[in-house]
Amino acid sequence: MRAVAGAGKGRPQRVVGLACAGLAVAFLLGVSLGVGSLQIPLPEVLAGLFAPTDRLNDLILHTVRLPRMVAGLLVGASLAVAGAIMQALTRNPLASPGILGVNAGAAFAVVTAVLVLGDPPLATYALFALAGAGLAGALVYGLAAATGAAGNSPLRLALAGAVLAAFLGALTTALLLLDQNTLDQVRFWTAGSLAGRDWELLRLTAPYMLVGLALGLPLARQLTTLSLGDDVARGLGQGSAAVKLSAAAAVVLLAGGAVALAGPIGFVGLVAPHLARFLVGVDYRWVLPYSALLGAALVTVGDIGARVALRPQEIPVGVLMALLGAPFFIYLARTRVRR
Amino acid sequence: MSASEATRTWLVARAGGLSVRLPRRVVPVAAVLLALLVLAAVLSTAQGEYRIAPFDVVKTVLGLDTGDPNHALVVRQFRLPRIVLAALVGGALGMSGAVLQGMTRNGLAEPGILGISQGAGLAAVAFLTLAPSAPGALLQWVALLGGLFTAAAVYLLAWKDGASPVRLILVGIGVSAVATALTTYLIVLGDITDVQRALLWLTGSVYGRDWEHVKSLAIWLLVLAPAALLGARALNVQALGEPAARSLGQRVNLVRTWLVVVAVALACGAVAVAGAIAFVGLVAPHAARRLVGPSHEALLPVSALLGALLLLVADLIGRTVIAPSQLPVGIVTAVVGAPYLIYLLLRERRS
Repeated sequence: MRAVAGAGKGRPQRVVGLACAGLAVAFLLGVSLGVGSLQIPLPEVLAGLFAPTDRLNDLILHTVRLPRMVAGLLVGASLAVAGAIMQALTRNPLASPGILGVNAGAAFAVVTAVLVLGDPPLATYALFALAGAGLAGALVYGLAAATGAAGNSPLRLALAGAVLAAFLGALTTALLLLDQNTLDQVRFWTAGSLAGRDWELLRLTAPYMLVGLALGLPLARQLTTLSLGDDVARGLGQGSAAVKLSAAAAVVLLAGGAVALAGPIGFVGLVAPHLARFLVGVDYRWVLPYSALLGAALVTVGDIGARVALRPQEIPVGVLMALLGAPFFIYLARTRVRR
Repeated sequence: MSASEATRTWLVARAGGLSVRLPRRVVPVAAVLLALLVLAAVLSTAQGEYRIAPFDVVKTVLGLDTGDPNHALVVRQFRLPRIVLAALVGGALGMSGAVLQGMTRNGLAEPGILGISQGAGLAAVAFLTLAPSAPGALLQWVALLGGLFTAAAVYLLAWKDGASPVRLILVGIGVSAVATALTTYLIVLGDITDVQRALLWLTGSVYGRDWEHVKSLAIWLLVLAPAALLGARALNVQALGEPAARSLGQRVNLVRTWLVVVAVALACGAVAVAGAIAFVGLVAPHAARRLVGPSHEALLPVSALLGALLLLVADLIGRTVIAPSQLPVGIVTAVVGAPYLIYLLLRERRS
């Protein structure tokens, strides 16, 4: 977004900033291990982490808290990087991973699964979500390519995604309206939550997100050029079709893995990249890592709040994160967007 | 462009100091759309559990005797209000979307971006899940207030030495996220029967609406549609970008405030009576642009006509496809509108 100030800072500040953000995330992750319906003090967390005993606290730490922490870290970073890539690819500040239809596809697949299978375990949710997200993403990209978006107008990719998302969303709602039991079962999943995510679920979904990150992060330089427009990219001698295809593949892997693990969490993918650009300007070599850290921080804070706010009840993290992040985001939009 | 070519593409009307310039294409396009609208309305009225011949529908509406005393009751009391309301709601959403896409110069813009649907949705869901026994007639006013309040909050929070479209979109995202989050929480917590009713409202439906609903929306539109059309020329100038608009002497902030107020009020009126129907506000302007080009004097009315037609046809499909059950119109607009928008995108490529 060209309207954002703060792009003129030098390299040293950005490196320091990145290190600070990393430390902040590490601190948050430590805190997130300690809080919940059972409080574990920080020294005990550290001791239990490196020299586990048979006590209940350490058992909880290793089987419940640790996988949940890793899940938050991965989901936040993945959604944020996916969002940053989408916004560069479509050159549209409204774009988010959801725009590729992945959330809608995942939700549709999960609702269908529950409708057919009755009461499947979370791992089945994850498999269906992954398949639905992947199919929807591929369909949107194919559609956009068929309409020529791979070559020229980035609006068409966003539109094709919005169209498919609306289409699948309508089908999902129709299914839920027809069957009250299914609605009752999936409504907590559709709010997005990290509760009860264990190592097995992580083993199932993390590879997709890690491959997505490995695919997406090296594209930073090309994304910067692309975000300036196809003409500029071509003028600088960059062939754009291959870059766009691998960027879209990265988005599907990242967002698909995230939705499979945690359910559809909105906000992060849309907002973390904006926050990153507010901080470091338009160079995606900086925007992508900053986005990843900010996204991880957002989801971790949200998940801590989800456990603490109404203890012993849990609020879905997708809900709480929007409530925490949105006011801050609005504040930034007010102070940093000049035009 | 030579002078004769100009008169072939443009219709110009002058009265005193005012002049309106319309693409010539708009006349046949509007005529065809109007005819289709009437045709769809007649067919839709004829359709239902109690079948009436289309010709008898026309007779009944014109007040002629059809020889069946039931016709007047079924047509005038049960079916017509719903059908007229569907057309009005679609028209309001289509026009609102056209204004917002023009003002923000963003093809993804629709009434949802200013938080209208989400704010109205939150108010309605709170009403349905927290006070399930309250009188249902209050629902449309609660939703209207929710939508207006949210849009006002977005606009005020985005205002800083003027109304920048980029800031408006970003603040809209933030405020909508809050409203959506609270709605989700209510859905997770609520009693499942109330939640299902809330979901139906969030989808959008014109089921069981009566002449009272039609009257309140019609009055609303009678004021707002002309107000939107008055902004058409300003929208054309806005399309050139802010620097150009300023150097042409446009008072950019005043114009934007005007356009936002009109677009918000149009969408809120529609959403209040029919629920948060998605997609119409997005698809109608795109389709209209394909038909009559980017000039807003033509784009606004054609978007309204297309929105009305889309909602009317969607409602007809929703009533017939799984009869005797009904699909809410909001589901059908997406299922019908999506392939249509894809078709438009594909056509655009070929031309």
